[in-house]
Amino acid sequence: MTGYLARRVGQAVVVVIGVMIVTFILIHLEPGSVARSILGIRATSDRIAIFNATYGLNQPLYRQLISYVEQVAHGNLGTSYYLQQPVSGLFAQRLPRDLLLLGASTVLALLLSLPMGIYQAVRRGGIADNLLGAASFTLYCMPAFWIAVMLVALLAIQTHVFLPEAPSGTSVGSMLAQPRALALPVLTLTLVQVSGFSRYMRSAAIDVLAQDFLRVARAKGLPERLVLSRHVLRNALLPVVTIVGLSLPGLVTGAIVVEEVFNYQGMGLLFFDAATHHDFPVLLGSTLIVGVATVAGSLLADIAYALLDPRIRYASR
Amino acid sequence: MPAGDLGPGRLMLAAFARNWQARIGAGTIIALALFCFAGPLLYRTNQVTVNLNLKDLAPGGSHPLGTDDTGYDVLGRLMLAGQSSLELGFTVAIATTVLGTAYGAVAGLAGGISDAIMMRVIDTLLAIPWLVLLLIMVNIFPPSLWTIIALLTVLSWLGVARLVRGEVISLRAREFVLAARTMGAGTSRILATHMIPNAIGVIIVSATFSVADSILALSTLSFLGLGLPPPHTDWGTMLTSGLDDLFNGYWWLVYPPAAILIVTIVAFSLAGDAIRDSLDARLRR
Repeated sequence: MTGYLARRVGQAVVVVIGVMIVTFILIHLEPGSVARSILGIRATSDRIAIFNATYGLNQPLYRQLISYVEQVAHGNLGTSYYLQQPVSGLFAQRLPRDLLLLGASTVLALLLSLPMGIYQAVRRGGIADNLLGAASFTLYCMPAFWIAVMLVALLAIQTHVFLPEAPSGTSVGSMLAQPRALALPVLTLTLVQVSGFSRYMRSAAIDVLAQDFLRVARAKGLPERLVLSRHVLRNALLPVVTIVGLSLPGLVTGAIVVEEVFNYQGMGLLFFDAATHHDFPVLLGSTLIVGVATVAGSLLADIAYALLDPRIRYASR
Repeated sequence: MPAGDLGPGRLMLAAFARNWQARIGAGTIIALALFCFAGPLLYRTNQVTVNLNLKDLAPGGSHPLGTDDTGYDVLGRLMLAGQSSLELGFTVAIATTVLGTAYGAVAGLAGGISDAIMMRVIDTLLAIPWLVLLLIMVNIFPPSLWTIIALLTVLSWLGVARLVRGEVISLRAREFVLAARTMGAGTSRILATHMIPNAIGVIIVSATFSVADSILALSTLSFLGLGLPPPHTDWGTMLTSGLDDLFNGYWWLVYPPAAILIVTIVAFSLAGDAIRDSLDARLRR
């Protein structure tokens, strides 16, 4: 296990460095100068020279990359060209809001999809299974923005149950104080995730239901409720742990769309604005954070899998 | 018996014979293609010049699905937009499949350090969410149909490459491949006659999903205002501009493009699922 872990962490570090290099090269492919797009077409050549010197943009690309890596290693993500604020400060403001949005929707999605998947597996082939299956399949095929807009139309415009725009507060506490505004962004991301999770849960539960130990559990007279909660749920949770760990990149994509629809001031919206304004430090920093989170997610999923299932022992080659 | 006894055509036929979902999926895809490409021959509409006298007309009369905010007939527009959506979906799927299969096969056959490096490249690109990469790239390259096709291809070959590499590695150790190698078959011959035909099922399944994924991705880009530039249009663009008028009660600008978009994605996903199921059934036998 230790050898395997060391190897996986090594791979993870390589991937994170790769993410940094790929993003760095990509954004510098941009034709025309950054200074021009930030300062506008009327900027004088003197001002452009000052801008380039300030941000080290007049140096060769590899020098810029090395100094960026040095900077990041010291915990400094640079200053936003567009917002003129330290990137780490912007992230400190935005990240908690995303943890709230992604965390709440993932928890809700699991609470909905676990019982749903098990129910479908137990009633496999029945009407309820087919209906739920068709519903989650259709949901799976819908663009996230469509789900968001339909929820707004249904629950905010026609019935006024919730508000069509995200909470305006800056802190997580003040956002939680406006549940009617918070509901729709969270609900949209929940639905996006339920469709994926419940399909996995169903097939995992079907696999478990075919195992011999379930026959033993039933034969010794265990009530069906306990059979399902103690044996089926626990064993079917294993693959779901992996899926949750690996679902992060998809979730981030969903979050960008949801934040755009609801004007939710999170990392997604920050990133979207940075991409349109050529704000390199913010682009680099957010891609780096997402990359680290994705790699950490898949690493944690592997470790959790090994801890939860004693049968799994990763060979350390 | 090696698993390669069914060619791609026979595999698809088997899937359709056994599975109603496959029949619904394929039937819908054919109907959609006919609607978009043959439809305009039967149902001629003006999709070139703006006519504000015909703006936002409700369905009825000579416009079965009404007109949009520039006076274009919505039914005719759906056909035109569908051409872009379907063309893009198929082109991206084919390009993705070819690129991913080649990369995965090379990595799987090479093994060792080259394989490790090639896979880390994929891990790296997969660690960045596709929309994040796409947003960076769309702002770098000027949007056009071909740029977007290229960008979506660059982003979506990763999954196929991983799948094919896995298949190649597992096939490499199989007896019939070893036998061929013992008889003196070269790497390219083994690849062409044993590896690719055996991995074709996996490849077809992922290509089918790839069509759905790219149409979905294009609609998301259109929603974010980064889709195909005019005069091109696609279902996502139609839907997005219709959404502005949703609360004016112009439902015909919203629900038809949404419905056809979702039906298309469902159809390709159903077909993909069904082919995969028939593949699993074959492996289980």
